[in-house]
Amino acid sequence: MINLLIFVVVVLVIIVVVRVVRVMELATELSGEDDSIINRKDNRFNGAMMIIFLVLGVGAMVYFTLDAKKYLLPLSASKHGVIIDKLLDVNWVLLVVVFLVTQFLLFYYAFRYHHRKESKAYFYPINHTLEVVWTIIPTIVLGGMIVYGLNVWNNITKPAPKGAMLIEIYGKQFDWTVRYAGADNILGKSNFRLITDDNPLGVDSTDKASKDDIIAKELHLPVGAKILLKLHSRDVIHSAYLPHFRTQMNCVPGMTTEFFFEPTITTRQMREYTKNDKFDYVLLCNKICGVAHYTMKMNVVAEEPEQFNKWVTGQSLVFPKPAAPAPAPEKATASITKP
Amino acid sequence: MPNEIIKRSHDAHVSGNGHGHDEHEHHQTFWTKYVFSQDHKMISKQFLITAILMALLAMSMSTIFRLQLAWPDKHFPFLETVLGKWAKDGRLDPSMYLALITIHGTIMVFFVLTGGLSGTFSNLLIPFQCGARDMASGFLNMLSYWFFFASCTVMCASLFLTTGPASAGWTVYPPLSALPQAIPGSGAGMTLWLVSMVLFIGSALLGGINYVVTVINLRTKGMKMTRLPLTIWAFTITAILGILSFPVLFAAALLLLFDRSFGTSFYLSDIHIGGVPLEHVGGSPILYQHLFWFLGHPEVYIVLLPALGLASEVISTMSRKPIFGYKAMIGSMLVIAFLSFVVWGHHMFITGMNPFLGSVFVFTTLLVAIPSAVKVFNYIATLWKANIVMSPAILFAIGLVSFFISGGLTGIILGDSALDINIHDTYFVVAHFHIVMGSSAIFGMFAGIYHWFPRMYGRMMNKKAGYLHFWLTFLSVYGVFFPMHFIGLAGVPRRYYANTSYEGFSGIININELITMFALLGAFAQLIFIANFFYSIWRGKRAVQNPWKSNTIEWTAPVEHLHGNWPGEIPTVHRWAYDYSKPGHSDDFIPQTTPYSETVSSNLPGEE
Repeated sequence: MINLLIFVVVVLVIIVVVRVVRVMELATELSGEDDSIINRKDNRFNGAMMIIFLVLGVGAMVYFTLDAKKYLLPLSASKHGVIIDKLLDVNWVLLVVVFLVTQFLLFYYAFRYHHRKESKAYFYPINHTLEVVWTIIPTIVLGGMIVYGLNVWNNITKPAPKGAMLIEIYGKQFDWTVRYAGADNILGKSNFRLITDDNPLGVDSTDKASKDDIIAKELHLPVGAKILLKLHSRDVIHSAYLPHFRTQMNCVPGMTTEFFFEPTITTRQMREYTKNDKFDYVLLCNKICGVAHYTMKMNVVAEEPEQFNKWVTGQSLVFPKPAAPAPAPEKATASITKP
Repeated sequence: MPNEIIKRSHDAHVSGNGHGHDEHEHHQTFWTKYVFSQDHKMISKQFLITAILMALLAMSMSTIFRLQLAWPDKHFPFLETVLGKWAKDGRLDPSMYLALITIHGTIMVFFVLTGGLSGTFSNLLIPFQCGARDMASGFLNMLSYWFFFASCTVMCASLFLTTGPASAGWTVYPPLSALPQAIPGSGAGMTLWLVSMVLFIGSALLGGINYVVTVINLRTKGMKMTRLPLTIWAFTITAILGILSFPVLFAAALLLLFDRSFGTSFYLSDIHIGGVPLEHVGGSPILYQHLFWFLGHPEVYIVLLPALGLASEVISTMSRKPIFGYKAMIGSMLVIAFLSFVVWGHHMFITGMNPFLGSVFVFTTLLVAIPSAVKVFNYIATLWKANIVMSPAILFAIGLVSFFISGGLTGIILGDSALDINIHDTYFVVAHFHIVMGSSAIFGMFAGIYHWFPRMYGRMMNKKAGYLHFWLTFLSVYGVFFPMHFIGLAGVPRRYYANTSYEGFSGIININELITMFALLGAFAQLIFIANFFYSIWRGKRAVQNPWKSNTIEWTAPVEHLHGNWPGEIPTVHRWAYDYSKPGHSDDFIPQTTPYSETVSSNLPGEE
């Protein structure tokens, strides 16, 4: 019933709009002016609107920008993120200046030079000097931006230092699993054909390196450590996105991708900084991966190395040792590479 | 000169049939006139109206998913009426949400802004502004429309499948799009999507080849390439881009079809899904992305260049001033077109691509900003000391320039690979391309529709409804997409059905509500346009021959449409299209058909 009503209302609105347009037309016809020609009133009205839109628009944008600060990501919790944020700030300063100047000129000229019967446009088809100037200036500025940007990029993507702590991030529909390399800091080989319910990452049990590998459903990061993420997926493309660490890399089935970073701020410090005791870091999936894509996440904890070591030794091994033989340590004995 | 021969023989052919014309037209049935038409004017209207209907569909989809994003826990009973099982109790189903964003994107990018924009205006203006009787091949042109129509039909049909339409995002990345186990939409929905896309590519290629051939061979006497209006330059460059890049999409789609249906492994490897390992090994999902974006990035300019061309023409005509830097405008379009083929990797910075390769793509991508900046400066310089007649068309053209600046600038951020790491696939990207590609292009299309409506239908659109349409739309585009940048900077991923799973995003809901309100306002504004458009087709005020006092030669043809466009000889062209407000001339425009010998008082040195 309600739907029918809505439908009727929509139809009525359309009819009303059409009728109003028609009435407006008839009214102008009666007043004897030719409505199809753009007249003085139209030019003045739209010219004035340009200025109104410019002033109110920029005002609203500034207000919104200041207000929206509270939604933005807090300061970067990783070392490379700080230089990314700085690059972003430099970009913003430049872009906002260009934005304001060009938009101002566009709207101001549209207002200032709206049609007047008595005036005539200035015939000015070309000025080679101007063209050259405004080709060269953006080229120089962009050249600087390219060099700066690529410098940052090369810094971030340069090969990870030897001995960086390896963590595998493994995506599947619709959850994440992490694997720590253990004391040997080598991740055991894996193969998608070996995947079973007990071995969700398909780790090869015959590979010695896999013996001390640790599996977890929460990502813990020791601050100050150099961490090399190795990313995998078993089904479709996922993207491991750690927004607070300015870190993202796709997980592609059939490929291993990697991302190197150094976390710097613990969860507790970030809670103090954001004045929010419930703050948590998060690992999100940022590549459409299926119906429950929006639920695919993992809790992330950044902590001091001591706490991390305590936590990681409490996690289970990929291949838990059978309980029978002797009092061999069941739990992991990993420790992280000291920073 | 083979060109001359073809041109002459074409003229001869048309004038040779001259006597038969009237007879011919009397015999036109409803079918040959409106349906299987080979006349470029009718085909352009067919493209336009199909595109408007498709745009209406895609816009309705966007309002539905905007409701979901703003009020994720509310029930909207009318959704159940529209979507049935996909919105039980008025709550949108997550898989239908993904289907809606996928089909919204597909329709808008391909059917509205590629087929609709090029199909409408290339068809209308290439013969008219070049001075040709019709397209080089009327039959291929008809075929181009009917491929387009078939493609639209298949896409719409996929909406009614029980498993739903394609829902892997408009870029349909495998393996998600290749495996029905991965998402319901990758079943029959995806097959229809691919079939539809293959038909669409057929349409784009038939159209594109026709446009290029017509521009090269069928220009009227005196219409040198350097006298062509910028519209024609834009359409030609667009058509060439399409001819070079659409076949690559075709290849990508074909291989995907093989992987889906015939067990090949072009894109698939090492997959364990639904509890079983698949047999596919050796393929790479990244290969698909390379192929897709090799089309996908030129596609952005296939969408944008015609809009810029239309805007150039409208801005120059309505500001009664020659376009500033005509040759620089052509040059920058050529440079943009060239660069568009070497920047596709900027969609893939974080796929695991070699960082060095990433650097190369950063370099080429940021270079695009230079010709783009030149274009913007030229537009602004054209408005300087102009005498702007504020028609709805130029308002939309100015709006386009404003969006081109705003969206272009955020593109500099996204093109910087280091910055892309953290905003890739967030709402920042959504905001960026909706402004620079979506809104710019659709504003170019609106400018074109308002400006050339009298040429298409012999009537005027209502200007007041046009003003209302413009200001409401302009406001709502910024209202929707400006705040969206901040959602992206807050780290919110796109294509999320709801932002409820991570506590840190809970505040975003306020912005989402604001955006949805503006989206609804924008949707309402389009209803004004649609009412105005259809009302004016039948009841608009009759147009005079040259309502905007324009120089280009389409306005020298009679208001009523003739087969062959001009009743007598095709007009001869003597000058470029932009002699507006030339000093020494009594009028503020000199049509391209006026010889220099008649304008001695205003001729510049070198113009005999």
